[in-house]
Amino acid sequence: MTTEPSAPESMTDYIKHHLKHLSDYNIGHHDPGFMDVHWDSVLFKFAIALLFVFVFLRVARRATSGVPGKLQCAIEMIVEFVDGLVKETFHGHSKLIAPLAITIFGLVLLMNFMDMLPVDLLPWAAGATGVPYLRVVATADPNTTFGMSITVFLLIQYFGINHKGVGLFFGEFLTAPFHAEKTVMKVALAPANLLLRLIEEAVRPLSLALRLFGNMYAGELIFVLIAVMTLGAQLGSVSTWLLGPAQFVAGFAWTVFHILIITLQAFIFMTLTIVYLSIAAEHH
Amino acid sequence: MNINITLFIQGLVFFAVAWLVMKFGWPLIIAAIEERQKKIAEGLAAADRAKAELARADDKAAEEIKAARVKAVEILDKAQQQAQQTVDQAKTVAISEGNRQLAAARSEIDSLSVRAKETLRKQVAALAIAGAEKILKREIDATTHKVLLDQLASEI
Repeated sequence: MTTEPSAPESMTDYIKHHLKHLSDYNIGHHDPGFMDVHWDSVLFKFAIALLFVFVFLRVARRATSGVPGKLQCAIEMIVEFVDGLVKETFHGHSKLIAPLAITIFGLVLLMNFMDMLPVDLLPWAAGATGVPYLRVVATADPNTTFGMSITVFLLIQYFGINHKGVGLFFGEFLTAPFHAEKTVMKVALAPANLLLRLIEEAVRPLSLALRLFGNMYAGELIFVLIAVMTLGAQLGSVSTWLLGPAQFVAGFAWTVFHILIITLQAFIFMTLTIVYLSIAAEHH
Repeated sequence: MNINITLFIQGLVFFAVAWLVMKFGWPLIIAAIEERQKKIAEGLAAADRAKAELARADDKAAEEIKAARVKAVEILDKAQQQAQQTVDQAKTVAISEGNRQLAAARSEIDSLSVRAKETLRKQVAALAIAGAEKILKREIDATTHKVLLDQLASEI
């Protein structure tokens, strides 16, 4: 079910193989260091981004205020949902927040959804065409999640400066969250404020990225572990007949549960981004 | 878990998608949604207006029908009155005309009978004179005995 019948693999090899990226390092036997590229993550993210942009822009270009088609209806449902969420959270006017939020939701959801494919399907297909490693869930790669969360982080800073002006933006580094009336106290509290602010700012991209990465990595790993149940199975052995049904039940249950996680993680990433951007625009 | 240049590639792809969506996707869809919302609101308002107008028109029609009915009754009454009047008038005219003609006929009859009597009397007188002349031959002169003769004629 999950293995190529040719060479009997050890469980550790199987799992290790599944956790290796298609990177220059893994293919090339030399260490490019920081210049290493996870081609599988890049490829799947790019393909999904292309799909998302293509569908979304196509619908947007053909959007009619008359009777909408089914696809337009579906997209509009998500758009209205995100728009409502943004309007609830952020009371100003912003052209940036809502489109950014829907992009996050769409991309993260689609990338997460690659987890729904059978864990061996695409790696097996890739293996058949000579590609040694392939990880299909781009969000289970911290590079992807950090790439997104750091972009969000930069946008938060840009948004804050844009809304408050440079003076107030950097002034708040020293004067919030602890406020003081007298100048002496202000100076005394400035280091604490600065420290808290730096921690606060640093924690946001970190938590955004690690939460998504952790969930997706764990989910993928559990799929791999479920797949291991019938690794090297033979029709003659009793364990195959015991573990086969167990694998089916476990795989089914985890897949169903994972639908929830996939959506939830995409939603959380989006919502927190909206919240962070709203906070950045607020005066403290 | 190794962080490398992939991070920047992924970040850039993400940013590019967000930018495209912000520039060419989101505004169009939101515009379409808002325009449709406006259209629906306008449609609902128009329906309400039409309903009110219909009610008003119904009221007006009912009122007009009522007025027309009243007017019809009025016209009918007037017509009946007029007809009655005309008939009455014609009756009085006819009666008076009849009376007038009757009176005229009577007066004519009277005058004719008076004239006939007169003529008759004159003829009788002339006849009597002629008879007397024939009897008396010359003794009676018409001029000398005129008074006598006239008296005779009036007595006949």
